[in-house]
Amino acid sequence: MSTARNVSRISPRSVVVWTAVALVGAVGWAMLALARGEEVSAAWMVAAALGSYAIGYRFYSRFIAQRVLRVDKHRATPAERLDNGIDFHPTDRRVLLGHHFAAIAGAGPLVGPVLAAQMGYLPGTIWIVAGVILAGAVQDMVTLFFSMRRDGKSLGQMAREEIGPVGGAAALLAVFAIMIILLAVLALVVVNALAESPWGTFSIGMTVPIALFMGFYLRVLRPGRVTEVSLIGIALLLLALVSGRWVAESSWAGAFTLEPGTLVIWLLVYSFIASILPVWTLLAPRDYLSTFMKIGTIGLLAVGVVITVPTLKMDGITDFAGVGDGPVFAGSLFPFVFITIACGALSGFHALISSGTTPKMIQKETQVRMIGYGSMLMESFVAIMAMVAACIIDPGLYFSMNAPAGVIGDTVQSASEAVRSFGYSISPEQLAAAAKAVEEQTLLSRTGGAPTLAIGVSEIFSQVVGGAGMKAFWYHFAIMFEALFILTALDAGTRVGRFMLQDMLGNVHRSFRRVSWWPGLLFSSAVVVALWGYFLWVGVHEPLGGINQLFPLFGIANQLLAAVALAVCTTLLVKSGRLKWAWVTGVPLVWDAVVTLTASWQKVFSTDPKVGFFQQRADYQEAIEQGKVIAPAKNMDDMHTVVTNSTVDGVLSALFAILVVVVLVDAGRTCVRAARHPREATLHEAPYVPSQLTAPAGLFATAEEKSELAAASAGGGGTPDGGGPGGGSGAHRPGGGDG
Amino acid sequence: MTGRAGAGALLRAGRWVRWYVRELTDESAYERYVAHVRAHRGPDAAVPGRREFERRRTDAREADPREGFRCC
Repeated sequence: MSTARNVSRISPRSVVVWTAVALVGAVGWAMLALARGEEVSAAWMVAAALGSYAIGYRFYSRFIAQRVLRVDKHRATPAERLDNGIDFHPTDRRVLLGHHFAAIAGAGPLVGPVLAAQMGYLPGTIWIVAGVILAGAVQDMVTLFFSMRRDGKSLGQMAREEIGPVGGAAALLAVFAIMIILLAVLALVVVNALAESPWGTFSIGMTVPIALFMGFYLRVLRPGRVTEVSLIGIALLLLALVSGRWVAESSWAGAFTLEPGTLVIWLLVYSFIASILPVWTLLAPRDYLSTFMKIGTIGLLAVGVVITVPTLKMDGITDFAGVGDGPVFAGSLFPFVFITIACGALSGFHALISSGTTPKMIQKETQVRMIGYGSMLMESFVAIMAMVAACIIDPGLYFSMNAPAGVIGDTVQSASEAVRSFGYSISPEQLAAAAKAVEEQTLLSRTGGAPTLAIGVSEIFSQVVGGAGMKAFWYHFAIMFEALFILTALDAGTRVGRFMLQDMLGNVHRSFRRVSWWPGLLFSSAVVVALWGYFLWVGVHEPLGGINQLFPLFGIANQLLAAVALAVCTTLLVKSGRLKWAWVTGVPLVWDAVVTLTASWQKVFSTDPKVGFFQQRADYQEAIEQGKVIAPAKNMDDMHTVVTNSTVDGVLSALFAILVVVVLVDAGRTCVRAARHPREATLHEAPYVPSQLTAPAGLFATAEEKSELAAASAGGGGTPDGGGPGGGSGAHRPGGGDG
Repeated sequence: MTGRAGAGALLRAGRWVRWYVRELTDESAYERYVAHVRAHRGPDAAVPGRREFERRRTDAREADPREGFRCC
């Protein structure tokens, strides 16, 4: 059998096809890299990305699956062994791919690339594509594999069991701290997108009653009818979107025109109440809505990019890449591009999903390649499209939207002048016209990535549907799409943070362990909301620009989690006798550790006040003592704010770095011991049980797999299990053998 | 002939999409659960009604919010 496969693997047709794919990718990269001073078509970026993904998936992921992990199609997965018809059940691989993708892809891959575009499209694009193939997708796939071998244990549990209690505790603390920063940054993105925008605020506000109605429908009227209620919900959502324009033009506009500070209060109140309400009222229905919107919009964007083939107006590499004094975020290309773009290239958060729900549902071990590696490639492509959207808009507009108000001022004239000092040009009239085209009062300093992405999306979509007249609609559509799932994340993330806090407080007072204990629940929710609320408040009132200050922290935190996940994976590779393959996760781990620790080092110790938090603190403190005010601060209050914020941010950067080092040292210790005494290494793997299921490994069943499926269904007389009406390439299990 | 074949293909595609959406949203969770119980505990095994089942499902998520958590 395997020789037949080996022969077919090097068939001339396969050689021709894969050479062609490699050529498409190579030509794409060449066009992107060699273009100087002329505008490049986004089609080349898409070609470079897709060509590289195809090669990475076909060769590298196959190598990892077969040689490194040695996935075994004869070994039963937890879904098969522990099948309870609820959370453990063998799920069709195509359905699980959708599930997993919807779970990993959120606002992250849409925001990071937009911010990284300040250094030009090239550095970010190279990192997104190379990072996902060699690091991000590898992390997701290997974590999924090891968690699957452990009945779906979480990353924290694996760290504790396989590395040790110290590394485990540091990992747990890291997850909690990261969750807080993540929620604050996501909330800040929403605040910056909705501030002074009655259209956006009204339509997002309407999602609350819509979700409540959907929740009531699913709980009381027609339980479980998710599809129909989601269709009703989407129709209502579009209605809310259209009526947002009427509201913005009516006398009610004032009620929905909110300042950033007011929006913060609303968001905090909303998140606190939502997180203590039952799941069915808001969270579950919002989840359905945002999943449909997410998959739909991303699909539309991919189609739109392919149809319109826009040209990239941003430079390949801007001057900010070398000097590191960019207005969007400070710091040089290395390490800060690799910090700014986390999701889409390498995201530690995915390890939480890959070691959560997905491993409990996977049908066949062989499918970790398609689900783990494949989904991450899809997310990476989302990041590429975000990069396209950010780079097709006029660079002058891009910098006016993404530089903090402290740098460009708050009039179109001052912004136009500031942009000229960056080396780009946009007239005050053009800036005013751009805001008018999307019916916003202003586009200046709309930092956070969402508004920039929305401008790019409206540019692309309006060329396909509706023309220039629809720009405002598509802009607010894109804003709503992002805000919708960020609000869901705020609710869900607060719950997860609360759950972790309750668990930790349970060591102090036992009642906290009971998750439904009302005082404990209220207290823990309030603490979690207050923690991220603090950073959100600080971010909104930060004279130096909240995104500018906080986004690097978020990136460092996310990459730190990736270091934890890669350390767990590498430890497991070593402990399970795969020492010679440890480089597969070891090299990404070293790279990630170097990037994260360099970034943390610079954030703590750099003598450039734009980069180093403590230098910033010292400069402002000194000025306060001399009674001076340093721009962009406007008065002494601002000066004190800067001092407090940079102290907190600096301490946090140092804390993150210390946590990574603790996990790395502990993992290194375990690896060395396992390498020296391989026999003594204890693995916590679930025992081998032969599998009764037959299912294809990839998206399409191979000829060999089709005959296996036919033999299985004929031999066992079994019923198709989750194969869908298509039959053919689903899974088959024998009759009722495994009682 | 081709018209009928085309309609057949369209019908099959429609059925596939319906199946996929029901699976993706877990709308089929109840049927799957009932089939599971019947297969393992006999055709007469007692199963909760759909309303009861859906309530238990959301309550389980309440108890451990990490289930079904989504990412950034």
